[in-house]
Amino acid sequence: MKAIVTVLGKDQVGIIASVCALLSEHNINIEDISQTVLQEYFTMVMLVDLSDCTSSIGEVGEALELAGKQKGLSIRIQREDIFNAMHRI
Amino acid sequence: MLNQNEIIQTIQMIDQQHLDVRTITMGISLLSCAHSDPKTACGRVYDKITRYAEKLVSTGEAIEKEFGIPIVNKRISVTPMALVAAASDTGDYVPFAHALDRAAKACGVNFIGGFSALVQKGMTDADRKLIAAIPQALAETDIVCASVNVGSTKAGIDMDAVALMGRTIKDLARRTAAQDGFGCAKLVVFCNAVEDNPFMAGAFHGVGEPERVINVGVSGPGVVYHALQAVKGEPFDVVAETVKKTAFRITRMGQLVAQEASRRLDTPFGIVDLSLAPTPAVGDSVARILEEMGLEVCGAHGTTAALALLNDAVKKGGVMASSSVGGLSGAFIPVSEDEGMIAAARSGALTLDKLEAMTCVCSVGLDMIAVPGDTSAETLSAIIADEAAIGMVNTKTTAVRIIPAPGRQVGDSVEFGGLLGSAPVQAVHPFSSEAFIRRGGRIPAPMHSLKN
Repeated sequence: MKAIVTVLGKDQVGIIASVCALLSEHNINIEDISQTVLQEYFTMVMLVDLSDCTSSIGEVGEALELAGKQKGLSIRIQREDIFNAMHRI
Repeated sequence: MLNQNEIIQTIQMIDQQHLDVRTITMGISLLSCAHSDPKTACGRVYDKITRYAEKLVSTGEAIEKEFGIPIVNKRISVTPMALVAAASDTGDYVPFAHALDRAAKACGVNFIGGFSALVQKGMTDADRKLIAAIPQALAETDIVCASVNVGSTKAGIDMDAVALMGRTIKDLARRTAAQDGFGCAKLVVFCNAVEDNPFMAGAFHGVGEPERVINVGVSGPGVVYHALQAVKGEPFDVVAETVKKTAFRITRMGQLVAQEASRRLDTPFGIVDLSLAPTPAVGDSVARILEEMGLEVCGAHGTTAALALLNDAVKKGGVMASSSVGGLSGAFIPVSEDEGMIAAARSGALTLDKLEAMTCVCSVGLDMIAVPGDTSAETLSAIIADEAAIGMVNTKTTAVRIIPAPGRQVGDSVEFGGLLGSAPVQAVHPFSSEAFIRRGGRIPAPMHSLKN
């Protein structure tokens, strides 16, 4: 299953490192990353593959949300289908 | 791959513009539960609902987590109870409402609809017993919703039922006086009721429906409002096009959730209901969309035209996005549940008469409107008759959900809390309709040719 991880919030040192570490803990492969910083506002979008993931997407979501809260960031994981449905015919 | 802007746009819709799936509603047929012994019938009702809908809430929550889309309500609709209870040897249908209430609570849903009767062409004994049970049933239960269909384009309007419903609403308001007549918020009087509506309080599972079914209601007034802010001052063609595109996206999301829920619950997918359902939250209002089109306040001249455009564009955008569209499918204008409507009604700009005109071009009708507690049963019936006539002649669904709040006057406010919001008490005409309602009988079905 493919999913999209989004990270939004104030830019700071180590955002990518901590998110990637967490994803790797769950055996989630990152296929694509794009990120921008606009006026200190950090936006990152990742395409990830959960085929070999050891836990459910719900559990990964909770872990990401918790890690985000500690850094004052909004981090979420959503199945890719929702974006495809809304933006592709 | 998807581009970053599209992904961020979706996240903003969810985070800032209140995009959500308003409800996943499981329709369940209870026809097989009929039994001559009312206790056995109630037991069967409870067992069947809890068996079918056992996993409804947990499945909804799992989908919410995976897709990152809030699913606000999980609900159940059942066969109109008058049809199920008809076989039982009893004059008291209140226990059936209790059975629904218990079953719904056991499943963890927030409302169950279907304590209903369809009497557009006349009432059976069971229909009369059910309507007689409504005040006590809704006063004693917490999450049961009732509806009565009093008219249709094919059958006309049953004015005996209309008269009866005015008295029923008064009785229900009196029994729930301590909560400002809250019971009336759970009772809808319909004309041309639809059988697959997922929205409360008017949901029931029609007899033409399968054993069980999943219907989904999407929402997103905030998203439409936000999209229109980007086309300020543009002509209406642009407005309509913008609403269509937005409705398309919202509905595609609803369709995806509906299919996923249907698959996981091993229940056929029924319909997606393309309604713009507001909430009392700021930024989730249908009235504010109309104002964004250029009206100083909702209720100003032009409001009906603006609503007509909105309602039509939402349907046009949504139809292509879903494999099956149904339910009520149109913009809702419940006064107490819409922050902009509340403000407009409070300022005096939005009157009952204007709301009635608005119901000619949108779903559903006079919805969640508080009127003074001393409003007579006949006046309530006459309001119902007017709405039913609009539905009957225009071949559309109309409904009345009106709360004569005991002891309240024009200028007071009634608080219902949660999604039901708060309603300013609105003025009704002081002139009598008593002799009109006393006539009873039927208003014949209208002509379908010579239209003008």
